[in-house]
Amino acid sequence: MDKLFDVDLTLKLLGLPFVLTALLAAAILGLLAGVLGPLIVSRNMAFSVHGTSELALTGGAAALLLGWDVGQGALAGAIVAALVLGLLSRRSSDYDSVIGVVLAFGLGLGVLMLWLYKGRASNKFGLLTGQIVGQDFAGIALLSGCAVVVLVLLALLYRPLLFASVDPEVARARGVPTTALALVFAVMVGAATALGVRTVGSLLVLALMVTPAAAACRVTASPLKATVLAVVFAEVSAVGGIVLSLAPGAPVSAFVTAISFLIYLVCWVVSRSRGRVRA
Amino acid sequence: MTDPNLPDGARAVALSAARLAYGDRVLWDGLDLDVAPGEFVAVLGPNGSGKTSLMRVLLGLQKLTSGTVRIAGSPPGRGNRAVGYIPQQRALDPTVAVRGRDLVGLGFDGHRWGLGLGGMRERRRRVDTALAAVGATAYADRPVGLLSGGEQQRLRVAQALVGDPRVLLCDEPLLSLDLAHQRAVSTLIDERRRATGAAVLFVTHEINPVLPLVDRILYLVDGRFRVGTPEEVMTSETLSSLYRTDIAVVRVHGQIHVVGAHGHLSDLCEDNPHHHLADH
Repeated sequence: MDKLFDVDLTLKLLGLPFVLTALLAAAILGLLAGVLGPLIVSRNMAFSVHGTSELALTGGAAALLLGWDVGQGALAGAIVAALVLGLLSRRSSDYDSVIGVVLAFGLGLGVLMLWLYKGRASNKFGLLTGQIVGQDFAGIALLSGCAVVVLVLLALLYRPLLFASVDPEVARARGVPTTALALVFAVMVGAATALGVRTVGSLLVLALMVTPAAAACRVTASPLKATVLAVVFAEVSAVGGIVLSLAPGAPVSAFVTAISFLIYLVCWVVSRSRGRVRA
Repeated sequence: MTDPNLPDGARAVALSAARLAYGDRVLWDGLDLDVAPGEFVAVLGPNGSGKTSLMRVLLGLQKLTSGTVRIAGSPPGRGNRAVGYIPQQRALDPTVAVRGRDLVGLGFDGHRWGLGLGGMRERRRRVDTALAAVGATAYADRPVGLLSGGEQQRLRVAQALVGDPRVLLCDEPLLSLDLAHQRAVSTLIDERRRATGAAVLFVTHEINPVLPLVDRILYLVDGRFRVGTPEEVMTSETLSSLYRTDIAVVRVHGQIHVVGAHGHLSDLCEDNPHHHLADH
């Protein structure tokens, strides 16, 4: 435990190229999660993000078994999941249970495929809890490419998407194609989720996709401020989590989730003490 | 009354020989309705008579089975800037992180693509004006979910009016508001239509809160309908023939009470006025 806050060791490790690559990946992921998060929270999509991330794991496991690229497998799994979940109406009363059903089946399938895989055990564990330090150039390229596509799409769709998320009935009346937008947004979230799975693992992707935004929405009701805060919170969690994990050599996820949870707690206390009157 | 923003002689709303049917069920047929700019038309009728479907047709969310419809001089289309819409009062989710001014801003340009960074100043000016016009400036920066029903509905009026529509479609906007807020919101809508010359189509199951503002009534019952001034439509004779049963219309203290053979009309048909655009 004395290695937990070893500053010298941390600084030395920060100079290593693979650590810098990992930090870059975390920073891109934090940006993605931060900008998408407030919309995910507004749309009550936390559980569907969780479902999508579990199915990214299934896709990754399938890729591992078949000898394909794990990152691309996870991406494919997440996008298929997002399309399936996006096609279900959010209004339908069995939406949550359908996610549960699909999630459980997909996860079971993933476990079976991981068992069938006879390669290195760390590859399996990495899918569950992330292996950011194993990022290679191809992984970073995929991450950056997806990030650019998602950010450009989001800039293009932002206003109708916000309208459809917070006020769907009037948005529909004003001609916003809410159903199509729901599908596009689900795919964007799916792509970001799959990239998160590579970094913090499928079990903990919510720590980046939902927790920072949920914390931000506790302390502000301005969509712009919420987005900025969510990005800051996500960056602090992702980048800070990696830095803290270096010296003890502990799993990144533990630190990422701890930091984001702490931020959420602080925001919760702030909103309580203000009596929930926010501006 | 003519509207300088509409093509010469154009009606705010023009329905001609309009028919709407779902399979065998005919909601209305042969409906002719011309609404002049600045006119306030109340749409009344029991549940399931096609009031909300009429709104959907005018918003371009539902196609007529036959006949023609034009609104603000053009066919109904998605995202017609000339049409404002006020939904029923329904509490917005308290967890939704938007302020009143954001809700109104979405009414201004929420349907446009892009971030709209270029028009920020104009947007802010228009939103501030709309907020001031409905007296919502004081709570414009509070989260909408924490506001009362009356405050939310004022924001709805601002949201619908911020785009300066030529036609305002209101679908039971007073539902679940108390009397004081019903009066405040309906007066607000009336003031704005007088100031801007916008036509108002106002779906309601309760005529009295808007009776002093109404120019004409469209009364829909079971595929039949009648259009006319309140004096013409709200009579025992007219309603009896619409409902095909004995109906007595009683005027007390400037209010209209409709009494059916089995007691108050609400026992006959006004059981559940709650509905959503998306339910149909």
